[in-house]
Amino acid sequence: MLVTIKYFASVREAIGCASEQRETAATSLAGLRDELLAAGPAYACLSRERAVRMALGQMMSDEAALLTPGCEVAFFPPVTGG
Amino acid sequence: MTARVSIQTQDFNLAMEVDALRQSDKRVGAVCTFTGTVRDRNDGLSVSSMELEHYPGMTEKAIEAMIDEALNRFDIFGARVVHRVGFLQPLDQVVMVAVTSAHRGESFKACEFLMDYLKTQAPFWKKEQTPEGARWVDARVTDDAALAKWGIELKNS
Repeated sequence: MLVTIKYFASVREAIGCASEQRETAATSLAGLRDELLAAGPAYACLSRERAVRMALGQMMSDEAALLTPGCEVAFFPPVTGG
Repeated sequence: MTARVSIQTQDFNLAMEVDALRQSDKRVGAVCTFTGTVRDRNDGLSVSSMELEHYPGMTEKAIEAMIDEALNRFDIFGARVVHRVGFLQPLDQVVMVAVTSAHRGESFKACEFLMDYLKTQAPFWKKEQTPEGARWVDARVTDDAALAKWGIELKNS
């Protein structure tokens, strides 16, 4: 399925991209993260040794969240607003 | 009725925001506000400016949901949150929360709840300019602890 992936802050800088559309065989956020980690060194910032937060459909989500065709996913560091 | 959440680059005027929130509502006996401003120091280094990034769309939804939760938990009439993004310097205002209620206790609690929630669950990121170069601000464990005291166990840092 085709998904839109957004990256923010230090994750956006490390990957060198703010948004991409990607055809994925993954069914969950965990699977998509695995695919990205295997896609090249630019995605090393998504390593599970790092604090990475995720959103699905613009809601904070964990890795178990299930993808749907056309969904919007985001990866970013811990938030620091306020 | 004015919007409950605004994400904007321009500054805000607390007095005008409070007036709009009260809207001549004679039930209101208490207004509690919090304003966050940019400090000139953080984590041992001087800060000359910062850039605030956010996730358009998600930010507004997240804060709207936090206000709904505050309305459920506390006996309050209304709440307003304004958060700035973009380039900011020390002394600049960053964020304001205003809450109205009949008595002060509920507005005090709801205002603190909203700030604790926003700090760890609203998608904003700060990048500071320091004498050692630009750096992304680290999330604080103490902010997760502040949210936990409301019974919400969500990990950010």
